[in-house]
Amino acid sequence: MDLNTLWFWLIGVLFIGFFILEGFDYGVGILLPFLGKDDDERRVLINTIGPFWDGNEVWVIAAGGTMFGAFPHWYATMFSGFYLALVVLLLALIARGVAFEFRSKDARPAWRNFWDWMIFVGSFVPALLWGVAFGNLMRGVPINAQMEYAGDFFTLLNPYALLVGVFAVAVMTLHGALFLLLRTEGDIATRVRGIVNKLWLVAFALYLVTLIASALATDLLTRPTMPIVVALLGGVALFVARRLHRQQRDGWAFGMTAATIAATLLTFALTLYPRVMISTLKPEWSLTIYTASSTPYTLSVMSVVALIFIPLVIAYQVWTYYIFRQRVSKKTIEA
Amino acid sequence: MDPLVLSRLQFAVTTVYHFFFVPLTLGLVILVAVMETLYVRSGNAQYKRMTQFWGKLFLINFAMGIVTGLVQEFQFGMNWSNFARFVGDIFGAVLAIETLLAFFLESTFLGIWFFGWEKLSKRVHLATIWLVVIGSQFSAFLILVANSFMQQPTAFVIRNGRAEMTDFLTLVMNEHVIYQYSHVFFSGLTTAAFFMLGISAYHLRKNWNDDFFRRSFQIGLYCALIASPMSVATGHAQGVHKLFTQPMKMAAAEALWETESPASFSLVSIIDEKNQRDVFSIRLPGMLSWLYFFKAEGEVPGIKELQQQYVKQYGAGNYVPPVNLTYWSFRLMVGAGFAMVGLAILGWLLPRTKKLARFLPLFLLILTPAIFLPYLANSTGWLVTEMGRQPWIVYGVLKTESGVSPIVTGEAVLISLVLFTLVYGALMVVDIYLLAKYARHAPEETKVGAY
Repeated sequence: MDLNTLWFWLIGVLFIGFFILEGFDYGVGILLPFLGKDDDERRVLINTIGPFWDGNEVWVIAAGGTMFGAFPHWYATMFSGFYLALVVLLLALIARGVAFEFRSKDARPAWRNFWDWMIFVGSFVPALLWGVAFGNLMRGVPINAQMEYAGDFFTLLNPYALLVGVFAVAVMTLHGALFLLLRTEGDIATRVRGIVNKLWLVAFALYLVTLIASALATDLLTRPTMPIVVALLGGVALFVARRLHRQQRDGWAFGMTAATIAATLLTFALTLYPRVMISTLKPEWSLTIYTASSTPYTLSVMSVVALIFIPLVIAYQVWTYYIFRQRVSKKTIEA
Repeated sequence: MDPLVLSRLQFAVTTVYHFFFVPLTLGLVILVAVMETLYVRSGNAQYKRMTQFWGKLFLINFAMGIVTGLVQEFQFGMNWSNFARFVGDIFGAVLAIETLLAFFLESTFLGIWFFGWEKLSKRVHLATIWLVVIGSQFSAFLILVANSFMQQPTAFVIRNGRAEMTDFLTLVMNEHVIYQYSHVFFSGLTTAAFFMLGISAYHLRKNWNDDFFRRSFQIGLYCALIASPMSVATGHAQGVHKLFTQPMKMAAAEALWETESPASFSLVSIIDEKNQRDVFSIRLPGMLSWLYFFKAEGEVPGIKELQQQYVKQYGAGNYVPPVNLTYWSFRLMVGAGFAMVGLAILGWLLPRTKKLARFLPLFLLILTPAIFLPYLANSTGWLVTEMGRQPWIVYGVLKTESGVSPIVTGEAVLISLVLFTLVYGALMVVDIYLLAKYARHAPEETKVGAY
């Protein structure tokens, strides 16, 4: 395996890590205004992800940073091409980040209500937009011979990409609900249990539609890497998640939605590989892991750092989840 | 709508704004870690309360730093895609390493620290805040390695139409980063020191014997006494270094139009930038040479000569940065820096000198608005660094105008500029409201362990 391939997969790992981890805290953020009946309950919900969300968000910052370092042309083409969409994404992430910190620092109901909705918007919009962005990567966008994006903002809002966006929101919301079952107890947990089934139905239906749309609108069926196999495995995991949930094996059910997310990202990666951005104008104009990359020397330096530090990051983040394994309740947030 | 002008404006606005929060983060986390260390070693619960009180303010500030930092990371690709393509092999790699090595560490352990008071043993809890210190310092260092490449490009070769890295260690050991990092390090500590002093002074005005804020005041004062002169010294060292590596920046910072030997120092100049002359100027003869060479002789090149030299070296073009802006930013930075050194010395002298003790209430009154001094110095410092480098984005290698994204329209940048400015403005109001609210709080009310 050459370094270009290694970095393609390392960035893949960072994105998978991001979507699994930030996936559940986006989900919790989306559910927050609907599940929390009073201020205490909302605080419980926020505190289930309190110690984690910041560390989770770093996964995408790392994915962006390594994309810049390993494949500068990918980073440059995509970030300048998706300009306005990224502005919206950034504003949503700003709102979300400060909302967690600011929300409980003033007791006025209007203040708290406002930041609760900011958490919702800041979770819903990024979940949707990341989905739209990956949908566009999967489907391809107009890229010219100069490696520049040749569409506009509305090119990105095609039906397929929007569908992937909605699918992302649905899966992350379900994933977040299952996470809440592991982190809450009492009334809230009962209420979550009541909605998981509906969330699952929506997510599974969207999975099927997205699968069919992908078969029609993308290279899903024609790639030699056989992404369709992984896509189907992701569906199986999602299917099994409901059975496990019904048997009240919530931890395993959560693991299955995590697997669905991983499989979806893997499907995208296998469909793209070795391309990083598909040109809809001319196949030769697609950016690949070879035409978009940094020098072998730089990739080797980055590889040394990544192969030491990514396992370390995983180790200390796992430790975080171990420390905060206790369920959150009204009692625990009184401290 | 010129996307270049708008993109530059947006980068200026978002960077200066981002850097309102960074120095306090860098400095205050060290002081918080010191307080917690004192707590763990002495068992004195007062230090625990101090850790939690100042830690709370640190966290409000940290959140702002994080979200505005995200904008910075994205902007290189969004608005400066040609720059990103050109330096991705170097700048991008350093940024990537920063996220993997430093940013994960900082963010993860900060979460553990805030939520983990009841879950971890004292010593392990203390270790988490020191890991945040290490993470944030690594982060600052690597970001400055990336910036130093733009100031003094090193360890690269131009190949395939871009700058390619030749040696990673040489890149990281760029002598520019030694000057820059030490300056940022001490400026961060100075910022934190004056932040603590200003807030402590507010409480001490009401009750001079308040043990909590007396101790906080002492920590802030000792920190200021060390860090503010060090900040001036490292800043000066950087200036001397730049005389040789970026003479145009220093000539602009001093508004030195003609080459002089020995060179005079401008105390104050009213500048006619268009006609490249001073309308009015008070100058100390020989002083600039003395500052650079420690003696009253030595040639310092002026703007006009450097311009001619650069035309010969790099081809036709205007190589003069905005002189007024660079000159006044430099003066404000230096002025604020010396004002802080002066305040630190006064803070030490006043309580110890009988004759002067009656000025103490006035001094405490001044210390609270003096919180803005480090912010002024930090912002103007970056303006000198970045504006003084113009027209280059990578000094001597790539011009700013060549770095901008070719496909992003002026309208798009205008939209983003307006949106970021509005949101940042609103957040500033909220942030200051919350900081002021919690700074006024009695320390006993600090809650930790949950949002």
